[in-house]
Amino acid sequence: MADKLNLYGKAFDSRLLVGTALYPSPAIMRESVAASGAEIITLSLRRQSPAQQQGKMLWDYIQESGCQLLPNTAGCKTPKEVVALAEMSREIFGTDWLKLEVIGDDYNLQPDPFGLIEAARELVQRGFKVLPYCTDDLVVCRRLLDVGCEVLMPWGSPIGTGRGLMNKYNLQTLRERLPDVPLIIDAGIGAPSQACEAMELGFDAVLLNTAIARAQNPVLMAGAFRLAVESGRAARNAGLMLKRQTASPSTPTLDMPFWQQAVSEGEKA
Amino acid sequence: MQLMVNGEAITIQPGGKTVECLLQQLGYQGETFAVALNGDFVARDTYGEVALNEGDSVDIVAPVVGG
Repeated sequence: MADKLNLYGKAFDSRLLVGTALYPSPAIMRESVAASGAEIITLSLRRQSPAQQQGKMLWDYIQESGCQLLPNTAGCKTPKEVVALAEMSREIFGTDWLKLEVIGDDYNLQPDPFGLIEAARELVQRGFKVLPYCTDDLVVCRRLLDVGCEVLMPWGSPIGTGRGLMNKYNLQTLRERLPDVPLIIDAGIGAPSQACEAMELGFDAVLLNTAIARAQNPVLMAGAFRLAVESGRAARNAGLMLKRQTASPSTPTLDMPFWQQAVSEGEKA
Repeated sequence: MQLMVNGEAITIQPGGKTVECLLQQLGYQGETFAVALNGDFVARDTYGEVALNEGDSVDIVAPVVGG
């Protein structure tokens, strides 16, 4: 049976979602997204005058990419701002998928759990398919499910820090207590090994941007993340061994040569 | 009439009574932008009906890269 990622009724082969920001050039961004194998990409909206053509260039790429678009509400601090930006995103991008961000702290870009739940409730009522960028708090996650979110995106660590999975206990708790909810680690992943670890822990997918875009060779790094996510997923499906406190030989001990001899010499001593 | 458009004060010509008039005066074309008036979304098919008033704040946004 194919191991698909199912989100809001759509099935995807790739379990790596990538952002489109911070790349050295639009060309490297396009090549990196392709190398990552991602089928879902994040975007945003910003003020623009008619003279600026970046919006048009990006729009042309979006049309060609064939990816599921996941517009974000980055920078929003209140549910009112979120709803307005979400509606504008839906109109422009033609999708009701939304990466919901409500920022509660400018210093570590931590999601505001209260604003998040309020905004998610309103957006679900307006027909959006909400993927909230949230903290790893079990109760907050449950509240987001209660208001109609079908996918959750807890942070690994603050956006752009590259610190990986900061609180593995909380993340493992989420996985164990919400076994049937698609969980995507969003933000804080800095290295392929960290993405692999998230997948080994049983997370359904990983969303990242900076770790690829800010690599010295973004295209090569995109491929590295692709392999890491695939590897971690395969490992999870295969079933990891349990950790042990003491050593246990992997080579058979039976019929070890010299064994008798060593015992004999020991007896002599 | 004085308006704030994308955070900048502008004066629009007489006759610029609706969002549609404003967009025409400013030169916005195509469908790769969206509009909010005083923080509320304005749907594209209502541009011709939504009236502007002195001091209104208009945001006009377009796709950008994002994480």
